[in-house]
Amino acid sequence: MGKLPPYATLGERIWHYAFYVICALIFFFLIFPIIVIIPLSFNALPYFTFTPEMLRLDPAGYSLDHYRDFFTNSDWQKAMWNSIRIAPMATLISVSLGTLAAIGLSQSHVPFRGPIMAVLISPMIVPLIISASGMYFFYSRLGLQGTYWGVVLAHAVLGIPFVIITVTATLVGFDRSLTRAAASMGAGPVRTFFRIQMPLIMPGVISGALFAFITSFDEVVVVLFVGSVSQKTLPWQMFIGLRENISPTILALATILVTLSILLLTTLELLRRRSERLRGLSPQ
Amino acid sequence: MFDHVQKSYDGEVLVVKDLNLSIARGEFLTMLGPSGSGKTTCLMMLAGFETATHGDILLDGKPINNIPPHKRGIGMVFQNYALFPHMSVGENLSFPLEVRNIGKSEREEKVRRALDMVQMGEFANRRPAQLSGGQQQRIALARALVFEPELVLMDEPLGALDKQLREHMQFEITRLAHDLGITVVYVTHDQTEALTMSDNVAVFEDGRIQQLDAPDKLYEEPMNSFVAQFIGENNTLSGVVQQISGDSCTVKLDSGEVIEANPVNVSAPGERTLVSIRPERVEYNKARLQEGAFTLRAEVLEFIYMGDVFRTRLRVAGRDDFIIKTRNAPDAERLEPGQTIEIGWLPRDCRALDA
Repeated sequence: MGKLPPYATLGERIWHYAFYVICALIFFFLIFPIIVIIPLSFNALPYFTFTPEMLRLDPAGYSLDHYRDFFTNSDWQKAMWNSIRIAPMATLISVSLGTLAAIGLSQSHVPFRGPIMAVLISPMIVPLIISASGMYFFYSRLGLQGTYWGVVLAHAVLGIPFVIITVTATLVGFDRSLTRAAASMGAGPVRTFFRIQMPLIMPGVISGALFAFITSFDEVVVVLFVGSVSQKTLPWQMFIGLRENISPTILALATILVTLSILLLTTLELLRRRSERLRGLSPQ
Repeated sequence: MFDHVQKSYDGEVLVVKDLNLSIARGEFLTMLGPSGSGKTTCLMMLAGFETATHGDILLDGKPINNIPPHKRGIGMVFQNYALFPHMSVGENLSFPLEVRNIGKSEREEKVRRALDMVQMGEFANRRPAQLSGGQQQRIALARALVFEPELVLMDEPLGALDKQLREHMQFEITRLAHDLGITVVYVTHDQTEALTMSDNVAVFEDGRIQQLDAPDKLYEEPMNSFVAQFIGENNTLSGVVQQISGDSCTVKLDSGEVIEANPVNVSAPGERTLVSIRPERVEYNKARLQEGAFTLRAEVLEFIYMGDVFRTRLRVAGRDDFIIKTRNAPDAERLEPGQTIEIGWLPRDCRALDA
């Protein structure tokens, strides 16, 4: 927001300041609930509230107990490893299939592009609980219910729409004469894809992968239906933790996840900007 | 090379109608025509990016209709250059060689030679976006030539350059083509480019080749009124053929005058015709009028001084868009609007074409 021009009317002045207040409120409601868990996770006592010691900033009111619990408790450790095994694999599948689908759907000779796109995007629109129960019955028949691959596939399905949307957006600006140029130089379709098209649509693929990863890492409904106890992921464990034994270990984990997310986002954003810069350099 | 080729995008409208064209090895052939005339479609069929709906395309006597573009070994320069933005200039040039599994040292050598050829030797490490339009053009050219194809296609490669650079590149491309002995098929809508660069020009209109000839023949002996109008400046007078005898005919113009003309594209008396005369073949200086010239009265409407030539607009035979061009010679008379003069031309320069 710039400075008010000298000719601003009273109404404009009031709106100008009201706008700042609204923005501040939005940020407060978005960020405060996330920020507040960070100090709480260092609580020395197993409560979700600030103790008088904490408010006095007394070192005795703080401890790393909950972090210690997270890293030693076998339930949490198992959940963490499950998440780490499931999310990347689901992301890999989402990215490969989603990217291919986006490229296919961006070609004008493909029939029924609209309906196909709608079907592929539907997991994003259909309420999660419906997809989840549908998958439960379907995967039970196939014997995938309660297996690692069942959860991975279910998460991949949820991640694909994000990849399709971000990659399609990048493909809009893709110059088709580049693939033609590669072909005229003797490069077959596969080589053209990996050497020419893929590097140029990388920013879209990376953002799509990020969304797919977060979707899987965050997901609790589908995994409750499709998974069994041996596929218990972090969100599942957190859900149990909230319902059964209210333990601030959740807060410790939440803090770790927030920190990791920020780091991941920053790194990927930097990478994306770098390749965007290369792409933006294309002629015209 | 093209044998009765047809192309339709929607199955109903033919974009290219019965194209027959053969290109000799080492020839510089230009496909010239207004946009939508089918010239780019022909080029794309040759490159393999479009398939012919009908007919065969032969390369060295072998049909290539079923060979995918990447196996045809045809170099191509695109209108927007199509340089790979994520690769340096050197990597761009190296790409077609990598595809052909050529060793690293040989690759570097060829890239260096190709860059020197277009005088871009010191730019190998730049990115395409760090180059000017003309420089990108040179790189695109070098990239199409680096793998030594025998046939190179160029799709309006100079369209985005300014006039001076374009003229320079026209010269450079023709020089390279001749030095390397490659066959070039060049697409453009710029007739000057077509005339100055090519061995032969195919004029496209409405999916057909209207005329295929050497540039001088095309300009001086257009075979129909489209070509006469499209190539260079041209005056037309419409009328009806009165009689034909051998290489001369008389045409009664719509305004009543009867003129003598060269029957090119008319066959029988009574036929309607457009008579075409080039502006520089019309003379008004009596001393310069040649023996046997046909003369007509004209009124000067506008006199434009253009330095090397005078461009005069006249009212002739009821039409007020008759242009003549006169070289600015020491004895050239400058005309005044309103003046009535006598103009003349040789009947063989006055071509009776289809109406």
